Amino acid sequence: MSANTRVVRNATCTFCGCVCDDMHLTVDDDTHKIVKAENACVLGRAWFKEHGIEQRPQALIEGREASTEEAIEAAARILADARFPMIYGLSDTTCEAQRQAVAIADMIGGNIDTTTSVCHGPSGMAFQAVGESTATLGEIRNRADLVIFWGGNPAESHPRLFTRYSVTAKGMYIPNGKKDRTVVLVDVRRTPSAAVADIFVQVKPRRDFEVLWALRALVKGRHVDPAIDQLTGVPLATLEDLAARMKACRFGALMFGMGLSMTRGRHFNSGALLALASDLNQYTHFVAKPVRGHGNVTGADNVVSWQTGFPFGVNMSRGYPRFSPGEFTTVDVLSRGEADAALIVAADPGSNFPQAAIDHLRRIPVIVLDPKETHTSRLAKVAITTSTYGINVGGTVYRMDDVPITLRPALPSPYPSDESVLKRIRERVGELIGGKRIPAMERIGVAA
Amino acid sequence: MLRIVNGRVYDPANGVDGEVRDVCIADGRIVADVAPEAGRIDARGMAVMPGGVDMHCHIAGSKVNLARKLQPEDHRDDVLARTAVTRSGVGGTVPSTFTTGYRYAMLGYTTAMEAAVPPIFARHTLEELHDTPIIDKGFYALMGNNVLLFKLLEKGRREEFRNAVAWLLCASKAYTAKLVNPGGDEAWKGRRNANVTQLDEKIESFDLTPRQVIGALIEAVDELGLPHPAHIHCNNLGHSGNFETTLETMRIADGHRAHITHIQFHSYGQVAGKSSSEPTSKAREIADYVNAHPNISADVGQVMFGKATAMTADAPLGYMLSRLTKGKWINADAEHESGCGIVPFTYQDRVYTHALQWAIGLELFLMAKDPWRMVLSTDHPNGGSFMSYPKLIRLLMDREFRKQEMAKINPRALRQTALADGLDREYTMSEIAIITRAGPARLLGLARKGHLGVGADADITIYEEQDDKETMFATPRYVIKDGQLIIEDHEIRADHEGRVLHVAPEHDPAIAEVVRAFFEDYYSIRFENYPVDDSYLGKHEQVPTRQQAAAVPTASESSAADH
Amino acid sequence: MSETMILIGGRSSSQGTSLCAGKLGTEYVEVSSTLEMNVEDMARLGLKDNDRVRVRSATGEIVVRCKGRAAKDLPSGLLFIAYGPLSSALMDGDTAGSGMPLSKNIEVQIEPVA
Repeated sequence: MSANTRVVRNATCTFCGCVCDDMHLTVDDDTHKIVKAENACVLGRAWFKEHGIEQRPQALIEGREASTEEAIEAAARILADARFPMIYGLSDTTCEAQRQAVAIADMIGGNIDTTTSVCHGPSGMAFQAVGESTATLGEIRNRADLVIFWGGNPAESHPRLFTRYSVTAKGMYIPNGKKDRTVVLVDVRRTPSAAVADIFVQVKPRRDFEVLWALRALVKGRHVDPAIDQLTGVPLATLEDLAARMKACRFGALMFGMGLSMTRGRHFNSGALLALASDLNQYTHFVAKPVRGHGNVTGADNVVSWQTGFPFGVNMSRGYPRFSPGEFTTVDVLSRGEADAALIVAADPGSNFPQAAIDHLRRIPVIVLDPKETHTSRLAKVAITTSTYGINVGGTVYRMDDVPITLRPALPSPYPSDESVLKRIRERVGELIGGKRIPAMERIGVAA
Repeated sequence: MLRIVNGRVYDPANGVDGEVRDVCIADGRIVADVAPEAGRIDARGMAVMPGGVDMHCHIAGSKVNLARKLQPEDHRDDVLARTAVTRSGVGGTVPSTFTTGYRYAMLGYTTAMEAAVPPIFARHTLEELHDTPIIDKGFYALMGNNVLLFKLLEKGRREEFRNAVAWLLCASKAYTAKLVNPGGDEAWKGRRNANVTQLDEKIESFDLTPRQVIGALIEAVDELGLPHPAHIHCNNLGHSGNFETTLETMRIADGHRAHITHIQFHSYGQVAGKSSSEPTSKAREIADYVNAHPNISADVGQVMFGKATAMTADAPLGYMLSRLTKGKWINADAEHESGCGIVPFTYQDRVYTHALQWAIGLELFLMAKDPWRMVLSTDHPNGGSFMSYPKLIRLLMDREFRKQEMAKINPRALRQTALADGLDREYTMSEIAIITRAGPARLLGLARKGHLGVGADADITIYEEQDDKETMFATPRYVIKDGQLIIEDHEIRADHEGRVLHVAPEHDPAIAEVVRAFFEDYYSIRFENYPVDDSYLGKHEQVPTRQQAAAVPTASESSAADH
Repeated sequence: MSETMILIGGRSSSQGTSLCAGKLGTEYVEVSSTLEMNVEDMARLGLKDNDRVRVRSATGEIVVRCKGRAAKDLPSGLLFIAYGPLSSALMDGDTAGSGMPLSKNIEVQIEPVA
C-alpha cells in the first residue's frame, strides 16, 4: 500500500444480493487498487481486492485486439443483421445499463432475458401464481424471532445475511440478537450454515415439495401420514414441531435459495414455500424472501418488469412484449438453436449453461460486455472490456428485498461502463436499421 | 407557436364556459397572442380544455411493480406495439410504464400523481416515473406509519417532528405527506396481523394514538406551507360503519386544510343489529360535511365494474381482501415506514357490496355542492383503471345512461342509496373540467396547471364534441403538452419527457443528526445512502411552499429543466 | 465398479472468492473441479482424498478430484461440487418448459479413474 490513499465511505458491495452499503473502502491511487474493505465479508473483500485496473485490450474482435469504437460498430452490425437476436445476463450491471438493453431489444424485436431465468426465475413464476408475503431486510432484522433458511447455504454464499440482516444482528424488537431468535436450517446436507441453526432438518434430495406441502397441511390442522418420514427423511414429529413453532412465533421469515428452484419441482417448490408463508398469516405475521445471488439481479427483474410488464424471458419480435418461460428463456432459446445472434452483458453462460446451449453459442455471433476474461468472452466474436459496477462506475442497484441503492464508485477506470457501450450500440443499430423494426403484421380480429 | 381557433373553450378557473375563443401558445406556455404565421389548429366542433390532472393514482414504484409482475394474465390480452416514436408495452389494470404515460396522454391527461411511496423506495418510483413518458408527475411520501416520526411525536418533540417531515420530503423528492391507515402498521407487523380500529386507541409499542398522528401531520404540512395538504387514507377503509371514522378524521383538521382520498371507500354505514357484512350508504353525511367545511377536500375513489387491482399501503386491508377472493395476495413490509397489500379484484354489478360502492361514489359526485373540492378519481387501479374515466364522465353527464347502468346493478344495493330517489343532476362540461382538471390542479397548488390563462403551462386537450360523452372523452383529437403537439388526429406523434413535481420545504438542517442516529440503530441501509440524489429527477420543477413563494414576489415559480 | 449417486452443484466460500480473481484462474479451476464425497462411500469405492473420479450424467461426463466429508455433513449417496464449467457439463438443456435446467440433485454414475 502506497502513501497515496483515500477512503470512500458507504460504498456498496455488489457481489451478492445482500448489497451491503456500509463498505468503507481504502483506495490506493498509485497501484489503482482497493486495498481495504471495512465491513466486507470474505466474499466482499475478494470482490474489491480482485477488481483493480487490469491491463486488458479495449476489445477483441475474433480474437484480434480492437478499439472500443470498432467493437461497437461490429456489435451493432451483428444485431442489425440478426433475425432472432437475443440479449442475456444483466444481473451484474446497473439499472441504467439494463434499461439500455431493454431498449435495444424493443428496437430490433429481440429476446431479452436475465440470469433470473436460471436462478429464481421459478420463484418468479410461483409468485405469479400465488403471490408473496415479504418484507425488507430491516424488518427481518428488527422483528423476526423465527428465521428459517431453506435450500441455501448463506454462511458461504451470503455471509452477512446472517450477521447484518437476520441472525446475529440486533434489532428494535430483537435486542439480544441471536438469543432472541430461533434459527432453523433445512437442507439435503449439513453445510457450514448449520453452525448458526438451533434446528437442522435434513431432507432427502428432491423431496422439498412434499415436506413443504406437509407443513401447509399441519399448519391448517390437517392430518399427515407418518409415512412422510420414509418419503422425505423427515419424521412427522419434526414437522409437527416446526409447524407449531411457525404458528407460535411473532414474526417469522422463510429465506430460500437455489435448493428449491434448481431441482425437481422448480416453481412448484418455490410456490409451496410461498404459499406456506402466506398461509401462516392466518396465525401470525410471516414473510418469505428468495435469497438472490447476484448484486443487481433484483434490479434486472425490476427494470424488465416495469418496462415490459414481465420479469424475464421476454420476446419482442411481434412488436410488443411476450412472456414465456421455456420458450423465451435463454437456455431454451440456445439449446434449441433458435437465436442467431447473442449479446451477453455481465454474465458467463459459457461457463454456467448446459452444453447444448454453449454449443450453440459457438455457432452464432456473440457479443460480450465484461470487465474480465471469461469462458463466454473467449468464444465471443466481439468482446468489449467494460468497467465494473460499484467499483469503477456508478448507477442504481436493487438489493434482494427491492431496496434501491445508489452506488459510490471508488476507482476510475479507463474502460467504458456497460451503460455507455450499450447506449452507443443502441444508437448505431438505430442508424443501421433506419429507426425501429416495426413488424408488418396486425393482430387480426382484435380491437385496437 | 400555435393558435387554436374556433374551439369551445372550457376554462372554469378563469370563468370561461364554452365560449368560442382563441388559445395561443408560445414557448410551452399560454400567451395572449401569437404572430399570424403561427401554426393553427382548427378546433371547430371541438371542446378545448386544460390537460387532465389525476391527483391520486398508483402508477410507479415498488408496490406498483409487484402488482405488475403479479399479473402476466392481465397483460397478455392488452398489448401496445412499438411505433417509430413510442416504446412497446402492456396494459391491463397495471400497465407497464411507457404504456401508462402514453395512455394517460391519449385520454387527454397531462399530469398524474403517484399516491403512496415509502421514502426508502422513492428512488424506485423516480426511476419508473422517468420511464413514464409525456405527463408531468410526482408522488406522495408515506408518513402515517413512520417509526422515526412516531418516536419524535410521542416525546412531544413537535419542532423536530416538523423538521423531520420536511427532511423526509426533501430526501425523497416527494410532493406531500401521505397517511394510510395511520397507526395500523405497528399492529400488523408487531402483533400478529392486528390492526387499529379506533382513532383513540394506543398504537402498538407507542404512547400515541392515530388521532394524534393525523393531527400532527396535518399541522406540520400546513406549517411547512406545502402546496398540497396532508393526503389521508382514513382508518377502517372498507368496513361497515366507517363513516364515523371519516367524520372524526375530518374533524381533527380543525380548520387546517386536509385532503381525504378515495372518500367513497370511507362512506359506509351499518345496518343496526346485523353483521358487519351489510354496509349501507352514508354518502349524504359525508357529502354534507365536505360541503360545509371549505378546509376539507376529497377525491371520490369511484368503483367501476370490471377488473381492478387492489394495491394499497393498507396492509391489513390487503389481507382482508385476499381472504374474500381466496386468490393470490402480496404483502410487502417496508421497515419503519409502511406496509403494502396487493390483490387482484373484480367488481361485479350483481354483488351487493360492489354495487353499493359504485352507487355511493355516484352519490358523492351528485351531492357535492363544490366540485372544486370533490374531484374525480377511481384510486386507479383500486376502484378501476384510469381507462374507465371516460365512462365515469358519461355516467355523470348523461342521466339516461346512468339510469340504464343503474338498472343493471343489484337492486337491493341501489335502494340503499339516494340514486334510487332520483338524484337527477347532470354534470356540465364546466363541472367536468373542474373535477378532472381545474379542481385537482388547485388542490395540488399547481398555479400553472388546470387552466388556460396567460402564463399557464400549455397542457391542452381538444375533444371532438359528441353526444356520447364516453367516446368523446376517450379519444381526444389533439393533446398538447408543454406546447408540443403530442397527439394529433388520435395518434401519438412525438415522445416527450414530462417534469417531476416536488417540494423542498425549509427546515433546520440539524434534524439530519436526529435522523442519522435513528438510522444507525435501526435501518438496514446507511443514512448517507438514503436521500435521493438530484440526478434521479430528470426534468423537474420544485414547486414552492407558501413561504418560498412569498419570498420571491416577481417570479412565481422556479423551473429547473435538466438534461 | 460404478455407482449411482446424486450430485448437488452449489456455491461455496472459496468458489466465491476465487471467482472474483477470474474464472480462468487456477484457484477457481481447482475449486470447481473438486468433488466432495461421503467418506464411507469413498472407502467402499477404494478412494482416497485427491484421487480422480469420473462422473457421468445423461448429458455429459467429467473427471474431477475427490475430497472426503464426514457422514454427518454429507449423507451417503450425495456428492457436492462448486459451480463451474465442470458441473455445468452434467446439466441437461431440457428445462421442462420452465427456463431452468436442473443444476441440483442430478443423478450421476461415479467410478474411480486409474
